[in-house]
Amino acid sequence: MEKLIEVKNLTKVYEEGDSKTFAVDDISLTIDRGEFVSIVGPSGSGKSTLMHILGCLDRPTSGKYFFNGKEINSYSDEELAKIRNKEIGFVFQAFNLLPRLSVMENVMMPLVYAGIPESKRLTQCERAVDLVGLHDREKYQTAKLSGGQKQRVAIARAIVNEPAIIFADEPTGNLDSKSGAVVLEFLQKLNKEGHTIVIVTHETYVAESARRIISIKDGKIESDMKVEHQRIVSKDALIK
Amino acid sequence: MKTKDTLKIAVEGLTTHKSRTMLTILGIVIGIASIMLVMSIGQSAQNLILGQIQSFGPTLVSVHPGRRPQSLAGFTGVLFNDSLKQRDVDTLAQKTNVPDAVRIAPYVFTSTPVSFGSESYTTFVMGSSQDVFNSFHLDVAQGVALTDSDVASRSSVAVIGQKLANELFGANNPIGQNIKVKNKNFRVIGVLAPKGQMVSLNWDEIVLTPYSSLQQYVLGIHYFNEISVEASSLATVPTVIADITRVLRQNHNITDPTKDDFYIQTQEDAANTVSSITDILTLLLTSVAAISLVVGGIGIMNIMLVSVTERTREIGLRKSLGATDKNILVQFLTEAIMLTLAGGIIGIILGTSLGLAITYMIDKFGGLSFPYSFSLSGAILGVIVSSVIGLAFGIFPARQASQKSPIEALRYE
Repeated sequence: MEKLIEVKNLTKVYEEGDSKTFAVDDISLTIDRGEFVSIVGPSGSGKSTLMHILGCLDRPTSGKYFFNGKEINSYSDEELAKIRNKEIGFVFQAFNLLPRLSVMENVMMPLVYAGIPESKRLTQCERAVDLVGLHDREKYQTAKLSGGQKQRVAIARAIVNEPAIIFADEPTGNLDSKSGAVVLEFLQKLNKEGHTIVIVTHETYVAESARRIISIKDGKIESDMKVEHQRIVSKDALIK
Repeated sequence: MKTKDTLKIAVEGLTTHKSRTMLTILGIVIGIASIMLVMSIGQSAQNLILGQIQSFGPTLVSVHPGRRPQSLAGFTGVLFNDSLKQRDVDTLAQKTNVPDAVRIAPYVFTSTPVSFGSESYTTFVMGSSQDVFNSFHLDVAQGVALTDSDVASRSSVAVIGQKLANELFGANNPIGQNIKVKNKNFRVIGVLAPKGQMVSLNWDEIVLTPYSSLQQYVLGIHYFNEISVEASSLATVPTVIADITRVLRQNHNITDPTKDDFYIQTQEDAANTVSSITDILTLLLTSVAAISLVVGGIGIMNIMLVSVTERTREIGLRKSLGATDKNILVQFLTEAIMLTLAGGIIGIILGTSLGLAITYMIDKFGGLSFPYSFSLSGAILGVIVSSVIGLAFGIFPARQASQKSPIEALRYE
């Protein structure tokens, strides 16, 4: 398998006065292309901080980060922005859509920052919106959509640039179980089509829809194992 | 990122809070409108005055007593300087001395009460020869004009303006009646046709008498306040000026040109003097209006800071999707410039409309021909200044926005 992400001795320290907090404490891990990984842990365990560093939203205090074989520790803010734009898709717990814009306009945002010509944008957007089954809602303002639909728009936005990896931070956290199931189903579908996906969650049933679970506690990896029986959401539905 | 997208995002940002946007740009609108108004009215006034000066005839050259005034207050000195005498008029009138002069006319002025019976009116009294009627294209509506024999015989006669005739005589015929100019009797022989205001002179309220009578009976002087010389053509104006200077220096025994006790003014000089005065006034008023632009700019900065705080999450989101610091900076800066530029354009339209309205009113009710002149320099200045204000007051909020860390921005509640 081809390594997509490799981190070695990753540390993130927050200093407040004299006290030091190790949000991420000497973590080393590898994520291969095509994997579906859950990062689980109680709140305050450092899983979100880890995801932010892996997603190039934040920088580690120390340790090495190789993305796609390249060491990116020394990259400038602008270069990191380019990686986020082209190689990474994000799905957030709070959707983070711009409510006054339409579905299409929200999905299009990464393409705008990539400077892709308008004609090409539309085809790419339509494909992404089709994939999450919102073709008939293209022109809707996202404020008028249900939570589940909003998260599907967010997924479409995450995949529109055909990124190497998708990070989903508690993607079902703001959804009822039925909508949550639909979102997970889409993520599984995308994984089956070859997308690399990382979910951050504190709920076991969400974690189990992945194929590998990394548990984090106090900034360290507690366990890292393959899921024996992946919960196939489309068949098993979700049992809380 | 493409410019078109930046503009689109900025428009979206601004249209979210329409009423807030409108109120924010009000300061800029008022500032630019006042600048526009001041500049166009200033220009209209200047055009009006210059037009009137030009109507005196560009070939007119006027000789004044004393030194050339260096300031506005210096003009009063002209009235009390006695260097221009009858002898000067006579020598200038000799064809051999100033061959290119077609007309020589001396003037004396005073401002004094003029009365008929119990009616009294303080007005401008001008002592002149018959040339005044040709030089200023004056028509006599009733009675006759002054003649050179009136001057020669020092007759106590007067031609008066239309409005003054109405004030003093009402519906009665003024011809043949005696009016008192500073207690001396002058017989009214003519009434001017309405002519209106010309620069500072209102022909409808004037009293015209032979200069010799005004000098002797009223003022008790033997000098002139001005000698007007008309050159044969525009091309001979410089020769005429040179001739006059030579003749007067000779008459007054002056060898050192810095000691001249007279100065010569062309209509061009007069126009330049007026232009410099109106320019200074316009500049002064414009700078007062400019203060409101600074206030407006601070308002823009304030609202932009609020907007940046409000949209912290949006900034975080855009950054997570690949927006660079520069993208965010440019976006907020574009919003600020769009705000002020819109304010500027509305201000220009408002200022122009107000200017049109005011000039229309002056024209209609003020009895002055006051054509509106659109100040192109004001409009260009307005556009530039408002954009610069957007840039200057938008850069600080935009930098704040661009420097937000994506994580902290996303977490912001």
